[in-house]
Formats: sequence, C-alpha cells, structure tokens
Amino acid sequence: MSALPNTNPYLPMAAEVMDNIEEAPGINTLRLRLTDPAQRAAYVFVPGQFNMLYLARVGEVPISISSDPGDSEFIDHTIRAVGRVTEGMVRVKPGDVMGLRGPFGTGWPMAQAKGRNILVITGGIGCAPTASVVQYAHARRGQYGKISVCHGVRKPDDLIYGERFENWCKAPDTVCMFASQEAAPGWTGRTGLVTQLLDDLPPEAIEGMTMMCGPEPMMRAVAEELLRRGRPIEDIYVSMERSMQCGLGHCGHCQYGPDFICKDGPVFPYQRVRRLMPVKGF
Amino acid sequence: MEPALLPRAKFDALVQTLAQAGYRVFAPVPRAGAVVFDEIGSADELPRGYKSEQVPGRYRLSHDGGERMFDFVHGHESLKRFTFAAEERLWSVSHDGQVAFHAHLPDDRPTAVIGARACDIAGMRVQDRTFIAGRHASFSDPYFEQRRRSIFIVAVNCSVCASTCFCASQGAGPRVTEAFDIALTELHDAFLLEAGSEAGEALAAQLPLAPAGEEHHRQAAQQIAQVAQSQTRRIDNDGIYELLFDNLDHPRWDDVAARCLSCANCVMVCPTCFCHRENEVADMDGTSSAHVRQWDACFTMEHGSTHGARLRPQVKQRYRQWLTHKLGSWWKQFDVSGCVGCGRCITWCPTGIDLTEEAAAIRAEPGLKA
Repeated sequence: MSALPNTNPYLPMAAEVMDNIEEAPGINTLRLRLTDPAQRAAYVFVPGQFNMLYLARVGEVPISISSDPGDSEFIDHTIRAVGRVTEGMVRVKPGDVMGLRGPFGTGWPMAQAKGRNILVITGGIGCAPTASVVQYAHARRGQYGKISVCHGVRKPDDLIYGERFENWCKAPDTVCMFASQEAAPGWTGRTGLVTQLLDDLPPEAIEGMTMMCGPEPMMRAVAEELLRRGRPIEDIYVSMERSMQCGLGHCGHCQYGPDFICKDGPVFPYQRVRRLMPVKGF
Repeated sequence: MEPALLPRAKFDALVQTLAQAGYRVFAPVPRAGAVVFDEIGSADELPRGYKSEQVPGRYRLSHDGGERMFDFVHGHESLKRFTFAAEERLWSVSHDGQVAFHAHLPDDRPTAVIGARACDIAGMRVQDRTFIAGRHASFSDPYFEQRRRSIFIVAVNCSVCASTCFCASQGAGPRVTEAFDIALTELHDAFLLEAGSEAGEALAAQLPLAPAGEEHHRQAAQQIAQVAQSQTRRIDNDGIYELLFDNLDHPRWDDVAARCLSCANCVMVCPTCFCHRENEVADMDGTSSAHVRQWDACFTMEHGSTHGARLRPQVKQRYRQWLTHKLGSWWKQFDVSGCVGCGRCITWCPTGIDLTEEAAAIRAEPGLKA
C-alpha cells in the first residue's frame, strides 16, 4: 500500500485538467496534474490502482489510472459517461480544477509477470485498467515476453483507444485481437464473444500471466476456460468493480465476502474471488 | 487507585466534576418512551427507577419508583453516535475564481459519556479496527479519531440485562474490561467506582468517595456473573464464516426475507455497522459545496448499486449481505465478530427477526438448497 500524499485521506487534492481526449462517443480520457508541487512529487502509483475523482458540486467516483506509472505528473483516467457524476466529468475542459484522492488499491502482478508472456483480456471499458498493463510492459519491453491483447465489445462503436491499439498492434511481439458481439460493416475482428478469441491465439499466448478486466461473466468464462486448458489458477488475475465512496475500506459499499474491493483489490488473484463470483447478490 | 464507593446520593458530584473539568456531559435520559443519550446538567435527569422490557420487536420503558439509575439496560443508541457521527460534513469546496478544498474536522471539545455498557465499548473497539490504521485498516479516519480522542467514558457494568442481550456469548460483556476512564457498578445505595485511565484517576480523586469493603466487591462480582448467567441467547461462532458462506443458497434466506422489511433499523442501532454514504450538498449561489457523510445501510437498494446496476434487488440478498458480513466475513477482515451481542437489532426489528435464530437455523440444517 503506497502512502497518500495528503494527510487527511478523505480530503481531495486539487488537480488541473491538462487534456480531455474523446476516445469514443461518451468515453473520454482526462489527463490530470496535481496542482501542489509537493503532492505531485509524493504521488506514486502502480498499474491497476485507481483514484477517487471529484467534480466540484457534483460528486466523487472511483476511476482507474490508465497511464504509465513512470510518469506520475500526468495521470490519465478513462471515463465512460454512465451516471450523474461521469456525465459531468467527460465535459471538463483543460484548465478546470478537479479533486483527486489516491492512489488506492492493489496493482497488477507486474513483478510476477517478469520474463513471462502476458495475456490481457478486456471487455467494454475494461480496457482502461488493462491499458496500463500493456503500456507498462511495452515501456519495459526487455522484461516481458509476448503480449496478447484480446478485447471484446458489444458493438464496434464501443471500441476505444483506436490510435493506442494501432500502436500496440505494431509493437514487437504483440498481438491484438478484437471481438464484437454485434457485427457492423467494415468490422474486421471476430463476431462473437471474447472467449472465442482464445482459439485464435498462438498456443504460447496463454502460457504466462493472464490479466483481465471487464464484466464478471466474461472474466469468469475466460478464467474457467483457461483452467480447463490446464493453466494454473495462480497465473490468473482479475480486476473487480463495485460501488466505492471512500476508497479507504471505510464506507462499506465494496464489501465483498472477506474483502473490500477498494483496498484488498481491485486486482485479485482469480482464486480469491472464484467462490463468490457466480453467486448473485455479492 | 483502589476501587471505591460513590454514594448514589452523591452521584451529581460526578456530573458536576466532569462539567467543571470542561466536558460536555452526556448521559442516558428517558425521552418519548425510550432511553437516549443527551446532554445533562444534573444527575436528576438520569432514568432513575426505569426498567425496560426488551423482546424481539418490542421495547417498553416502565417506571417503578425505585432509586436505581441504570437498570433500564440500554436504549437504541450506543456509544457509536459519539465516535462516528450519524451525519457530518467532511469537507467543503469553494470555487469562486479558484477551487479550494477545506477539511472540517469535528471540534475537539472533550465529551464525557456516562452510562456506556460493555457492549457499547466492545462495539467502539470493533470500529477502531475499521477506522484506525493498523493491522486491519490501511487508513485512519481523522474524524473518527478526533471524536475518539475527545471522549471520556464513564462505563456501567450491567446489573440486569434484557432478554435480547447475549454479550457473554460474544465475549463482549457484561463486565467492562477496557477502553474506559471510569467504570461503575450500581450496588444497593452506592456505586463501586474504578478508574481505567489516568484521566479517570484524576477525576476520581476529586469525587466524594468512601472506601469499599470486601462485601461490595463480592456483590458487584455476583451481580455481573448473574447477568452473564441469565442470558439465554447465544451465537455459535465456531467455523461460522465457512458455515454461512457454504450456505448462500440455504432456504432460510428466503424464510427470513419473507419477514424482513429491509428497513435498516438493525443497521442503525448496531454499534459496529460502519457503512456510510457520501453526499454532495451544493449551495444555491454556485460558489461552494459541502461533502457530507451519513450512515448508510446494506439494506438500501443504492448500497449495492454499481453505476446504476442493482446488485442486490432481492431482500434475501440484502439480509444475506448483512448477516454473512456481520457474523461471518467480519472475522476475515477484522479478526473479530461484527456482533457484540447487545441485542439491539433484535429488540428494534419491527418484525422481531433474531439474528441468533437465523444463524442457528442454518447451523441446524446445513447444506439445504432453496
């Protein structure tokens, strides 16, 4: 657990909007910079962690960090406008000041993944937290093996990170594959579920660490399929999502069986959540 | 100091000494048919001669004209209201020109609370594990910490208990053993008083105390032992996490859901429930806004909603969330049960749901599937 730059963990730090990039309709990446130089210097994060972002007079929501931890001056957050607060957040302009608390939670197992292949499975907006995995590994290319990204969307319009995906696809030893549940003219990926992409991958792609973020039925289906194919459960990680209002393990909304998603997660070994994931109501 | 006697007739000296020492003095007072904590000016305001009848779904206060001050056992309020405010402004933001954040920590005027029971203190200690950084919490809540630091606790060892009490089963009472400044045991016409902290010692030194004899100690111990023995409810905590999480499809969840109103009374009276929501309260002129937290409950639909999707639309899922956490996964998170056996959730449940019965029903027939 990294220490927070502010002493009162409930109090947001002021953060300036440096850029607001539209990734797809209703999906924007906000690039933020803490305004206080001391807080900026003290701010460090690992891929997979999240911040609580606050829009003045509207409210606060948890958003995962999608940029590289090597640069903690400019902190990216990819947001889908799904509610009252996020609807407002995608409309901010450069120069606006927001609130930021964090970083919170656990990160991806980038240390355990060293020297191994990485399989990234994402669905919908799920590619925001996992984007940090790909960028992290690419920035440290010699430390990791082959990188395979399988991204599933409901419809082709939901595909975000167009330019970023293009760059990833061109990167050495990197494969990107796409699946859309709905077909559309010009769609070159698979039509179907992201699980079907496993069949299209070279066999060695699954023989490393798997990191997933997206809808729980998707993550569960892929994890169980990997287990059927003989992959050890310790190599499978998932990022979970629940309502969070504090990020501190205090407010209780993300309480999930023996864990709080905000502090024991959001990244969990699949083993830790396997029992509760199929149970409705948790 | 050695435990000593405070004559009942001189109880007001405790109230006045606390007030003179700068404390706001709170104590149990009868109000609208129940005992609540309120600020008092004299010992006359305490519920002298009151008793409470507490059974599942029922609380009735009666007055017998006697002199005893603490036989009412407890009301729906616990110490929690002093350490974890039901509603408080955490911080505010001003943005006329420049955006700035301002923390609003509670004022640190010392508060003395007379009449905390062992279950109340146990509940506070359970919440310490949630809100104070250490083995079980990553972050400290400065609001809770400040209130916790500012409180002076005059505890009372229960000499009677309600039918819904089961503190002995939860290792939480009836004797107060920690985190108090002064502890009282009400005897025939005096209180056996002991100090539990330096502040308590200093205060006790100013009180008109008389030496206590062996018979006073014996009587106090006997009363407390009797309270423990008279409790009929209990929870079998052995392997309870596995028991509950192995039985998430048990038909008992449907059974209790048919009786549960999902009203959240159980959560509101619980000394350990810590869930809270954070609300934004914007002012009308558009230049500032307050960030306010309020107690929340896993019985509300919103509690389990994630960006609009309702995770627990059924009452059975919400009751199960509460009970499996309270009695089960609390152990995993905090190495302690989330239940201190105060029985308030049983008394104050409008339909008299008894969590000890619910847990026992699952233990009696594990493995059933709805």
